[in-house]
Amino acid sequence: MSELSLLLGSSVDSGTPLLLAALGLIINERSGVINLGAEGLMLIAAITGFATAVATKNDSFALLAGAGAAALFAALFGLLVIWLNANQYATGLALSLFGSGFSAFVGIGYTQESLAAAPHHGFWMHHYLVYVAVLLTLGLSWFLFRSKAGLVLRAVGESPESAQALGYPVRLIRLAAVISGGALVGLAGAFVSVVSTPLWVEGMIAGKGWIALALTTFATWRPGRALLGAYLFGGVTMLQLHLQGRGVNLPVELLTALPYLATIFVLVLISRNPRWIAAHMPTSLGKPFYPGA
Amino acid sequence: MLGFLDRCTARNASLASTAGVSNAHWALLACVWLALPACSKKPGADATPSTTLPAPSAQIQGAEPTAAAPLKVAFAYVGPVGDAGWTFAHDKARKEAEAAFAGKVKTSFVENVPEAADAERVIRDMVDQGNTLIFGTTFGYMEPMLKVASDNPKVHFEHATGYKTSNNLRTYDSRTYEGAYLAGVVAGAMTKSKTLGVVGSIPIPEVIRNIDSFTLGAQSMNPDVKTKVVWVGKWFDPPKETEAAQALLDQGADVLMQNTDSSAVLQTAEKAGKFAFGWDSDMTKFGPHAHLASAVINWTPYYRKAIKDALEGSWSTSQIWWGVKDGAIDLVAISDKVPEATKSKLEEIKKGLKDGSFTIWKGPIKDQSGKEVLKADEKAEDKLLLGINFYVKGVEGKLPSGK
Repeated sequence: MSELSLLLGSSVDSGTPLLLAALGLIINERSGVINLGAEGLMLIAAITGFATAVATKNDSFALLAGAGAAALFAALFGLLVIWLNANQYATGLALSLFGSGFSAFVGIGYTQESLAAAPHHGFWMHHYLVYVAVLLTLGLSWFLFRSKAGLVLRAVGESPESAQALGYPVRLIRLAAVISGGALVGLAGAFVSVVSTPLWVEGMIAGKGWIALALTTFATWRPGRALLGAYLFGGVTMLQLHLQGRGVNLPVELLTALPYLATIFVLVLISRNPRWIAAHMPTSLGKPFYPGA
Repeated sequence: MLGFLDRCTARNASLASTAGVSNAHWALLACVWLALPACSKKPGADATPSTTLPAPSAQIQGAEPTAAAPLKVAFAYVGPVGDAGWTFAHDKARKEAEAAFAGKVKTSFVENVPEAADAERVIRDMVDQGNTLIFGTTFGYMEPMLKVASDNPKVHFEHATGYKTSNNLRTYDSRTYEGAYLAGVVAGAMTKSKTLGVVGSIPIPEVIRNIDSFTLGAQSMNPDVKTKVVWVGKWFDPPKETEAAQALLDQGADVLMQNTDSSAVLQTAEKAGKFAFGWDSDMTKFGPHAHLASAVINWTPYYRKAIKDALEGSWSTSQIWWGVKDGAIDLVAISDKVPEATKSKLEEIKKGLKDGSFTIWKGPIKDQSGKEVLKADEKAEDKLLLGINFYVKGVEGKLPSGK
């Protein structure tokens, strides 16, 4: 295979955790809840998934365990911000900090462990979750824009008062969105520690949760665009390493900063056109909802 | 910014717990004050800013006076003893050396000592506790040790990987490049694409020397071999190491090496069905098919020598750099996939290094641009190797500057 196709393949691998997390966050945010705790959730899922993989030697089980752990903490977050109306931004940040500390604490015994990597061959040179992520993207697109349940979810995010007036249980729908979104974010975290780099190191998510949050905005809350964005970020990460291997003389530090520069660039770009972003942003995003009011 | 704060919190939370410190409030205070001191390690890792609070774990462990008055020896470590790499290897050697002088020596250690002003305080504490032989195992303790050494002329100090000495401060290091050369010989025999890949940590002489020696070893088996290098800028960052290894594989490298501390590069090669090596410790289990051999450091012979010197009163200052000859470096766990001819060649080289009949850095050696660095049969002096700042011919890409 040519180097270009290999570069594209690696970019897809590198972008997959970003895509999974971004899909989860799109579900969250479409329902009107912003979860800044993505980084912490991914770390909790990463250590849970890794520990499960060490114990069971089963990738799929480990991925599910990671998703489950993240869903559990997301549910806790949901109770705090949906029922107790705690500030979503502050609670999300707290979850992020908690998740990184908690995962480091739980992971102390696992820093010496490692899973033997399974060789991949032929067409299935990627882990099956890479293909599943693409299917999930299509599925979520269909769900949000073609199904009635998706319409209700978006209605809850746009105008919870109207949705309630129509008889929909706004808080329960939001909780369901937060939990299923959290599970996807967790799947992304477990993918990193079980599939991409079968090791546990504290803080190993290294900002992927934050990039996924930026991606949801970049994608204007659309799954298809999140896929493009995630692969693009994965591509930038891999490209800088490829350039080094080719002997292109660029400072390593600057190259390492490229994905983050790209994030800022994209954010600046879309905020220059407020009408464009307003057309897509869920109107009640981040705002508390009081059913009795 | 938030990610940065996160990682600091995580780092320090785990430091406190690793050390088993009971007073949890230290952990919280440390979170605020200690920012990132223990994140860097090993020679050349950037010096970290000084801190005002003591590290939670900075308590002398296992140091109490005994009736027989054995020689008291203390070790200052930059990381936790459970790091599976650098500090782990030093602590293993400490235990083995103590066992070798059973009853005559009492060792103690302090882990997680930041490469900063705090190190001076910890080392002074060690002197106050009556230790007369003190080891500092990371580059960043150089200035603190120099200071404490000049105030305590009767105490012997040993500094790993540094370059400054005094009457009672000696430096010691190991010739990791010999392990890299031996790995290179295996790589040269095993590569089909004639392209090797190295995941580099930080472009300091030690690492550049390893990349060059690896390439020279490979070229001794196969003169056309090329080496590609990708730097990740860290000693330990498995996700980044994985991506760097993947990039090298994508560009046609079929045997990988690394000067970073995790098994991520080996695991990436395993996934792709290519080859790689273990570094610092035997990593066979992390990639049983991909693993060709592991280049390891053994500090035990040196610690035994240093303690013996102190016990016998024959200690004197110098700059010690031990390699295969002294049992400090070896290539172990060589895979069955490596041909017998190559294995016997390795034995020959090791034997040559031991009896002095073989020299790795012997001319003619050309740098990347083709300029002759060593004339035919000229042997490199340690001074050249210690300050090396060029790639040899066959290494592709430009050396990152500014370090």
